[in-house]
Amino acid sequence: MEKLYKFLKYTFIILWTVFIVAPFLWAISTSFKDFQSVNSKVTYIPWLDFEPTLEGWRVLVKSPARGGVDIVEPYFNSLFVTCTASLISIVLGTLAAYALSRFTFKAGFVRNNDITFFFISQRIMPPIVLSIPFFIFLSTIGLLDSLIGLVVVYIVLLMPIAVWIMVDFFNRVPKELDETALIDGCNPYQAFYKVVLPNSIPGLIVAGMFCIIFGWIDFFFAFILTFTEVQLLPVKVVALNSSITPWWSLSASALISVAPLIIVAFVVERYLSKGNLSGALK
Amino acid sequence: MNLIGENITYKPDDQFHLNDVSFNFKKGNLYTILGRTLSGKTTFLKTIAGLLNPDSGNLSFEDNDFIKIPVWERNVAMVYQQFINYPHLNVYENIIFPLKQRKTSEDQIKKDVEEALKTVGLVGFENRKIQELSGGQQQRVALARSLAKKAKILLLDEPLVNLDYKLREQLREEFKRIFTQGLSEDTILIYSTTDPQEVMELNGEVIVLDEGKVLQKGPAKEIFENPRNLKVAEISNDPPMNILKGTKSSEKLNFENILIKSPSHFKNLSDQSYNFGIRASEIKLDSQGEEFEIELAEISGSETLLHLKKGESKVIALIEEVMNFKIHEKVKIKFNENKLYAFDQNEKLVSSPYGVSHG
Repeated sequence: MEKLYKFLKYTFIILWTVFIVAPFLWAISTSFKDFQSVNSKVTYIPWLDFEPTLEGWRVLVKSPARGGVDIVEPYFNSLFVTCTASLISIVLGTLAAYALSRFTFKAGFVRNNDITFFFISQRIMPPIVLSIPFFIFLSTIGLLDSLIGLVVVYIVLLMPIAVWIMVDFFNRVPKELDETALIDGCNPYQAFYKVVLPNSIPGLIVAGMFCIIFGWIDFFFAFILTFTEVQLLPVKVVALNSSITPWWSLSASALISVAPLIIVAFVVERYLSKGNLSGALK
Repeated sequence: MNLIGENITYKPDDQFHLNDVSFNFKKGNLYTILGRTLSGKTTFLKTIAGLLNPDSGNLSFEDNDFIKIPVWERNVAMVYQQFINYPHLNVYENIIFPLKQRKTSEDQIKKDVEEALKTVGLVGFENRKIQELSGGQQQRVALARSLAKKAKILLLDEPLVNLDYKLREQLREEFKRIFTQGLSEDTILIYSTTDPQEVMELNGEVIVLDEGKVLQKGPAKEIFENPRNLKVAEISNDPPMNILKGTKSSEKLNFENILIKSPSHFKNLSDQSYNFGIRASEIKLDSQGEEFEIELAEISGSETLLHLKKGESKVIALIEEVMNFKIHEKVKIKFNENKLYAFDQNEKLVSSPYGVSHG
């Protein structure tokens, strides 16, 4: 029984690994192919099956004037927008969440839960509903097709996630912890950053991870709110596609697009495996 | 120079959490707040700490209006019933946290922490993480943090309630030692608990609290001997004092078809109906006694608790040995009439075996 269980477990893990890794292997090998190797018979192993070439990668950094597509600038645009928007969302979202978790707000019929719901409700609507308001808003203040405009929009999209995760997290941090900090001579701000915040790192990491992922992979708003001045990576990668699909450069760009997320995943995973994400607070 | 509360009332919703509470706490004394859960003990302590502001009433300490001083400037220390420490800091860092916050000098910090660790018996645990400690040890850290701080007001909110039986006994002993030796004459110590035994052992001044109201104030012995009314008698005894309705007629007491000789300390009572009270430990097995039926028998430690019934009368008896009984078995018991209390129809104490009565 024990053996069977082990066998099934490892079979499943192996199958799952193949399922996850296969697209990567395919993309890696394709990124080193040229037109010939892609369009002839199916090939996998470099040098044996096909002659590897760096052409697919070179195209990505060459300027359009020399026949390239240059995704370097969109790449850094995306990094900048995602990181800035995530950072601001986490900071503002954490402060908002702490207030919502610890203080009681009353305004007419509005209570804490209503405010929390208001934040989350920003994500309930399908994104397309928001596209026109965002478009009009950005064009009114003159931030259409600009990095700052995108940061503003992404904060609107990401902050609800941060608020949602952090409210839930703070609600599980005992109120007595803040109170003890107050009694031990902290004013409310010190209690927050000296005691509550250091114990909220797991929540902050989860919230940060979600913000980075959702910010990084967004295609829709990046597509609608930018034209020529500013381009973000997802839009540029899609734009690579032409009448003859350039599988080699598509693969290469896909690989460097997921790279930041893989790095994030590894960092969080190391943190997870240290067991720091749970058990800090009862 | 005392901690003085006057007519403190706190009523955040429809219910009173504190109802017209007044007190005068002197330095160097131990005060225990005795009350059941939700009686307002925690609210009481939080009000003194400054975590709650009363709706009305005054609170002053060393002739300052305490209510105007925010929590973080009040110089109080508090230990919660949950083991609250800073999980991101180790034991040593936990204890120095309030000292650093107050900008105490390095040398002083070292001395104070060493002393506090010695007092609570955690020397050698300085670098442990909080999560690695048992519940009892965590509570010791919390206590050490409060002691090292040398606050002028030390609040302990049911510090032992979440510990298991054995550890509770052990820590209770140590607390007693710490409170009698380790506290400076400058400190007011306020200890809240639901456990009457703890109150008796700590032997301080007691305040009996119920539904936010002070029912009785006085030394532990006084509360034990002369509970002012039925409620206090119930709260200050575990198991609660047995109450039997009955009447006194000349030399006899009659509680619902049980006849007992009236004890000598009842001789001044007029003949009428009373609520008679008797502690569970004053009911003994006796072959000459009244027959009761056992509803439930529980063994706790070296004692046996019997829940007994006869007609409408229900009593709890505490037998000081381990005995096995069957449910519905009949046993004969005898009340020790010399330890009977009498409460009048308004539930006020009119006669106690210890002589003093509140008229």
